[in-house]
Amino acid sequence: MNAALLIDSSYFIAAFLFIYGLKRMSSPLTARSGIVVAGAGMVLAVLASFLYTLDVNEAAKPHLSTNLTLALIALALGLGWAWRSGKKVAMTDMPQMVALYNGMGGGAAAAIAAIELIGYKTHGTVSLSLAVLGGLIGAVALSGSLIAWAKLDGRINKTLRFAALQLVNGSLLLVLLAIGVYIIWHGGIVSWPVFATFFALALIYGVMMTMPIGGADMPVVISLYNAFTGLAVGFEGYVLNNPALMIAGMVVGSAGSLLTLLMAKAMNRSVANVLFSNFGAVSEEAQGDITGSQKPVDASDAGINMRYAGKVIIAPGYGLAVAQAQHKLYELVKLLQDAGVEVKFAIHPVAGRMPGHMNVLLAEAGVPYDIIFDMEDINGEFKEADVAIVIGANDTVNPAARSNKSSPIYGMPVLNVDMAKQVYVVKRGQGKGYSGVENALFYADNTQMIYGDAQKVMVAMIQAIKSLGGGH
Amino acid sequence: MDYTTTILTGFVALYIFMLAAFTGFEIIGRVPAILHTPLMSGSNFIHGIVVVGALWALLNASSLPEQIIGFLGVLLGAGNAAGGYVVTERMLQMFKPSGKTNKE
Repeated sequence: MNAALLIDSSYFIAAFLFIYGLKRMSSPLTARSGIVVAGAGMVLAVLASFLYTLDVNEAAKPHLSTNLTLALIALALGLGWAWRSGKKVAMTDMPQMVALYNGMGGGAAAAIAAIELIGYKTHGTVSLSLAVLGGLIGAVALSGSLIAWAKLDGRINKTLRFAALQLVNGSLLLVLLAIGVYIIWHGGIVSWPVFATFFALALIYGVMMTMPIGGADMPVVISLYNAFTGLAVGFEGYVLNNPALMIAGMVVGSAGSLLTLLMAKAMNRSVANVLFSNFGAVSEEAQGDITGSQKPVDASDAGINMRYAGKVIIAPGYGLAVAQAQHKLYELVKLLQDAGVEVKFAIHPVAGRMPGHMNVLLAEAGVPYDIIFDMEDINGEFKEADVAIVIGANDTVNPAARSNKSSPIYGMPVLNVDMAKQVYVVKRGQGKGYSGVENALFYADNTQMIYGDAQKVMVAMIQAIKSLGGGH
Repeated sequence: MDYTTTILTGFVALYIFMLAAFTGFEIIGRVPAILHTPLMSGSNFIHGIVVVGALWALLNASSLPEQIIGFLGVLLGAGNAAGGYVVTERMLQMFKPSGKTNKE
């Protein structure tokens, strides 16, 4: 059997397994097997790649054993480190970990571009253009993702903003494109400092692009960089004449772009708005008057009230996860269910730190996914609910987004918790949400506030319900 | 031994790009929001295939700078693929319907 045929057919099978795996991942029933299927494709493709050793180009032949050793060391190191760190990371820290791995992929794509360019291995305008473009996008995805990771991980708390920032970034991008065109114009035959400048500026641009973006917008940015890396991989796939890279890269490029749009839409913002505007800067303006006062209530009283309710809807937010209260919450839910209460979870599209992040956090606590509902599916049910309980969420339940045109979050889709007969809000203190907007819900007549750490509140509720007895 | 590697040029490449783009769009378009995070992580894993390209580049490296960059490329690519797989698998493992309990 011919090695090239073996490699190509392995890649074909791998590409099929990737798409089939991704398809399976798109339903909760088959999702688990989807990643295993895609993983098998990856193993096959990597193993087949070692057949390249049988047919390397003339210039590389004397270096083959060194290169092969280097390849094995790099594979082992990358795999070993990522495997360990991936096993260790807490579910709440998942977004930054995805950002980190994504940045690595962008870096790998940029590395391929760099080798092709500095070795003058790429010929033809199309190949050269895609090599340059893929290198640029990959490098931006690398440094941008690293900044996103550092910000979400709390390693960088500064949000770099100055008046001329967009001007600086715009000029930087223009310079980058100019160098890119210069490289292509000269058929890729330019001296190495040009390449070095190109990649260095691309890395700087990624940093500059990400620094002004605040925490709440980070998920959109991570998703965008995920799409970027996909595109870069697809482009480098063309350069290397590798269909597996082309297909996998482009599938991720388009899927990631769509996911980015969906996320931005869920926050009622455009992607351009996320990238180029300063969200925090506008929120201090007048937001209309809010009348009424916040009415505190005891956690145990609220717990007993829920025990005798017919239907309870829970609206969790990131605050729940920060307090690590998911497990206690599910314990409470099971108690309520045993008492005959109908309990449902209502998930806002951007609850948590990424769309679907809250679902992951609830799943970790063992909450079955068939009592968890998306916003559009459950928003009509709040008016039938006896109790709606908001835990660690704020902006996603603010009714001002529906009614108050002067509110900075006006137009953002929100959970209609205010329509329930009784609303409880579990909150650490009287602060504002991520966007810095005052929440009209907290002052509504049917709202009572439960101040305290979410985990302690859950424990108090559980004890209150258990103390009622009832044979359970 | 009459087989030669497929050469993907011009419109053939363009067709592949177009069809792959639609595939990605269609798959994500119908996904419930509950799976967005694992799916983003899953697609992050899939572009880890870049490690294969980096391997080719490293195996064909003929100078020290190429070897260094190639080494970094394989290292980063392998991290992308392995890390993406582990976190996605961990997340998806937790999705269970009512009636089944979580062993962890």
